Amino acid sequence: MNRYPLWKYIVIAVALVIGILYMLPNFFPDVPAVQISSSKSAVKIDTALLGTVEDDLKAANIPYRGAELDAVGIKVRLPDLDTQVHAKDLLTQKLGDNYIVALNLLSSSPQWLASIGALPMYLGLDLRGGVYFLLQVDMKGALDKAADRYTTDIRSLMREKKILYSGVGREGANVVLRFKDDGERTKARNAISIAFPDLQLREQDAAGGESRLVAGLKPEAQTRISEGAVQQNMTILRNRVNELGVAEPIIQQQGADRVVVQLPGVQDTARAKDILGRTATLEIRMVNDDPAAIEQARNGQVPFGNDLYTDRNGEPILVKRQVVLTGDRISDAQSGFDSRTNEPAVHVTLDAAGARIFRDVTRENVGKRMAILLVEKGKAEVITAPVIREEIGGGRVQISGRMNTREANDIALLMRAGALAAPMEIVEERTVGPSLGKENIAKGFDSVKYGFLVLAVFICLYYSVMGVISTAALVINLMLLVAILSMLQATLTLPGMAAIALTLGMAIDANVLINERIREELRWGATPHAAIQAGYERAWGTILDSNVTTMIAGIALLAFGSGPVRGFAVVHVLGILTSMFSAVFVSRGIVALVYGRRRKLDHVSVGQAWHPQLEPSMAKS
Amino acid sequence: MEFFRISRDIPFMRHALVFNVISIITFVAAVVFLAIFGLNLGVDFRGGTVIEVNYGHAVDFGRVRSAVDKLNLGEFSVQSFGSSETALIRLPLKEGLSSAQLSEKVMGALKADDPSATQRRVEFVGPQVGKELYENGALALLLVSIGIVIYLALRFEWRFAVASIIANLHDVVIILGFFALFQWEFSLPVLAAVLAVLGYSVNESVVIADRIRENFRKMRKASVTHVIDSAITRTLSRTIITHGSTLLMVLSIFFFGGETLHHFSLALAIGICFGIYSSALVMASLVMWLGVSREDLVRSDRKRALTGDKVLP
Repeated sequence: MNRYPLWKYIVIAVALVIGILYMLPNFFPDVPAVQISSSKSAVKIDTALLGTVEDDLKAANIPYRGAELDAVGIKVRLPDLDTQVHAKDLLTQKLGDNYIVALNLLSSSPQWLASIGALPMYLGLDLRGGVYFLLQVDMKGALDKAADRYTTDIRSLMREKKILYSGVGREGANVVLRFKDDGERTKARNAISIAFPDLQLREQDAAGGESRLVAGLKPEAQTRISEGAVQQNMTILRNRVNELGVAEPIIQQQGADRVVVQLPGVQDTARAKDILGRTATLEIRMVNDDPAAIEQARNGQVPFGNDLYTDRNGEPILVKRQVVLTGDRISDAQSGFDSRTNEPAVHVTLDAAGARIFRDVTRENVGKRMAILLVEKGKAEVITAPVIREEIGGGRVQISGRMNTREANDIALLMRAGALAAPMEIVEERTVGPSLGKENIAKGFDSVKYGFLVLAVFICLYYSVMGVISTAALVINLMLLVAILSMLQATLTLPGMAAIALTLGMAIDANVLINERIREELRWGATPHAAIQAGYERAWGTILDSNVTTMIAGIALLAFGSGPVRGFAVVHVLGILTSMFSAVFVSRGIVALVYGRRRKLDHVSVGQAWHPQLEPSMAKS
Repeated sequence: MEFFRISRDIPFMRHALVFNVISIITFVAAVVFLAIFGLNLGVDFRGGTVIEVNYGHAVDFGRVRSAVDKLNLGEFSVQSFGSSETALIRLPLKEGLSSAQLSEKVMGALKADDPSATQRRVEFVGPQVGKELYENGALALLLVSIGIVIYLALRFEWRFAVASIIANLHDVVIILGFFALFQWEFSLPVLAAVLAVLGYSVNESVVIADRIRENFRKMRKASVTHVIDSAITRTLSRTIITHGSTLLMVLSIFFFGGETLHHFSLALAIGICFGIYSSALVMASLVMWLGVSREDLVRSDRKRALTGDKVLP
C-alpha cells in the first residue's frame, strides 16, 4: 500500500536537483566590479583590450580578482568598493570616450553555475535602487511639425509653378489652401500630388464661393512619421544613457508612442534625469575667422556679437551670435559617402524655407566657414565647421572632408538629435535610492523568514509527522519557486517578495486539506493506509479547483498590472504552480517513503484524530 | 493537537437570514463610506508626485512644511513614513513643471533648509498614466470576476458561480469600505492585494461547494439544509487552519515588510477575515436560496461516471 512508482521518485529527484542547482547562485554575495562596454557600434571589445585593461590595472597597482570578456563587454572583479571607484576612474581616463566604464555588482557564484545558466534572481529597481522612467513621445507635436513644414513647402511650390492662390495655412494637422477659382485649384492639386506623394488631397467648397484644397498626411505616412519619431528618440536616449555609464540599462518601446528607460543602480538620479530630459537644439551660425578677433578672444575679450567655443579637436573657434538656421529647418541627416571622392560624408536635407535661406547665405559667403552647433541646456558644442565651397540651392547639403565613417555617423546622429522629431515628456517616474533598496530586501526577507518559521512550528505541532512532511513540502516549494524565478530571470520586486510569503501561506492550504481528510477518514474507521490514499485522492480535486480560481486572479493581474503589481503577479502565478507540485506530488512521495513500506500500518501520525463516539482520553495521539 | 471537536453538524442554515442581514448591513455600510468619504487614491491612480526624504534624525515637520510651502506648488501634504526620521511629501500634479524639475526643486529647498536631507524615493505619475492604471485595475477586477463565474459554472453549477461571486465581491466592497472609512491610501499594491483576495476567497467557496456536492451524493435522504450544514461543519476545521496559516504570513508581512507593504498586507488581512465569513456562510445560504437541489449536481456526476471518473460510494 501507498507505494510510489519509481518514475515518480525520479521526477521528484530531478526536480530537486535542478531546484537546488538554480537556487544556489542566490546564496553567493555580490562582489563589486567594473564593466567596460563600447559606446559606439564601430568600436569592438576584444582580447587585446582585455590585455590593455589588465596592464593598466597592474601598472596602477590596483588589485583585481579576475577580468573576463563576454558578450556585453569586459568585467573586472574587484575586492572592495573603494578599489572599484579607483579602477573606474583610472579606466575611464585611460580608455577615453569610445568606451563606457560603469560600476556594477557581479555574483560571486562559481563559473560552472553560470555556465549552466544558473544566475541569481533578477532584482527589480525597488530592491537594487535605480531609476525607472516612462517617456511619452508627443506624436501630435511631431505631426504638427510635419504639417508646418508642408505649409512652407507648398507655399514655395505654388510660387514656383506660378499658381494663383489666396491663402495657405495650417489647420490642425492639415494644410488648407484657398483659391479664387476652381481651375487654379485643379492645377495646384496636380502639382502637389506629384511633388508630395505622402499627402492626400480633398477639395472643399466653403461658403462665399471660396474653393478650398485640404492636404493631410496619408495614414501610412503618419504611421511612418510616428514610428520614425519613436525610433529616433530611442536612439537619442541610448546615446545619452551611454553617457551616464550604467551597467545594465534597459530602453524599450512600450505601446505605440512610449519608451521605458530603466537604469538600475544609478546613484545620482538628479543627473540621470537631467541628461535624459534635456532638449537639444541645433543652430547653424557663421564662423568669424578674423585672426585678430580670435587672438582678442583668446585673451579673454570676446568681440561683441561673437561666442568663443572649442571644436571637437580642441581648437578655439569664434562663432557669430546671429543664427542662420535652426534645427527645425533640417528634415533629415544621414551619413554616407561623397559620390565623387568616395570619402565619408553627411547628407543633410533642409525644408523649403531652410533651403532658400541656405542658398542666400551660401551665395554670399563662399570660402567662409559655417559652424553647426548642438545647444543643450545653454551649453553649445561645435559639431563641425565646414568651409562653404559654392552656392548650395535645393536644400540638399553635403558635409564632407576630414572625417572618417564613425565621425560621419556621429555627426549625423547629433544633427538628428538636435532636430528632434518630436518632444518627449516623462509621464511616470520611480526613483529608489540604493540604501532603500537594501532595506527593502531585508524587509522582504524578514517577512518570509519569520512568517515561515511560525507557520512551520505550528503545522508540525498540529499534524505531527504529517505536519513535518507538509513542512518539508513547503520548504521544497520555496526552493523550487526561488529556482524558477532565478531560471526565468523574472524581475523580483518587494511586492514579489510579499507574494512569496503569501504563496507559502496559501500553499499550506493543500496540505491542510489533505491532512484534514486523512483525519476524517481515520475518524470514520478507515485503516491508516486507506485513509492516506483517500485523503490524497479526494483532496486533489478540491486543490485543483481552488488553485484554478487563484490562478485566474493571478493571470489577470499579470495581464493588466504594471510595475509593482506585475512583480507580485509573476511570483503569485509561479507560486501556485510550484505549490501544486510540492504539496501533492512531493508530499505524497515523502509519505510513501515514511509509511509506504510497511505492509501493515496500525498508526498514521497526523495529530489527534478525535472521534465523537470515543472519549477524548481514549483517542490515539 | 486538534482544535475542533464538533460532534454534531452545526445548524448554520437555520440562521441563514441573520448571516445575510449582517452581511447586507456591512455591505451597505461599506457602500455608504465609499460614497461619503471616497477612496483615498494614491499617486498611482490620481497622478502627482511623492518624495520620501530621510533626515537621519527626527524630522521637524513644521520646518519641512514651511520649506515646501515657499515653493508654491499647490496643496501638498507632509507625513512621517515608517519612522520618525523619514518624511513623505505628496505633491499634486502641476501644469508645465516636469517631475524632474519638481523633485529637484523640492529637494533643493529641503537641503537648503537642512543639509542632512537625503532623497530616498521619488514617484511621479502623470495624469494620463494614472487614468490608465485606474482603468486597467477596474478591467482586471471585471475580468477576474467573469473568469471565476465561468469556471465555477462549468465545474459546478450556475447557482454556485453566482453565489460565490456575490459573496466574494461583497468582500471586495467591504475592503474598499475600510479603506474609505479610515482613508488609507489606495495604491497599486493594494489593488493587487484585493484581486489576490478575490481569487483566494473563491478558493474557500470552492472547497465548500465541493463538499456540498459530495454530501448530496453520500447523504441521499438528507434535506438540502442538512447537507449544507454538514458541508460547512466538516470543512470548518480546514477553513480556520488554512486561513489562520495565510493570515500568519500576512501578519508577518505587516510587521516586518515595512511601510511600503503596510496597506497591502492590511487589505489582505481584512479580506482573509471576511473571506471566511462570506464564503462559508453567505455563499452557502445564497446557494440554498437560489434553490440548489440534489438533481442539479448528481446529474452532472453521472455524466462524469460515464466518462470514467471514479465515483466513490
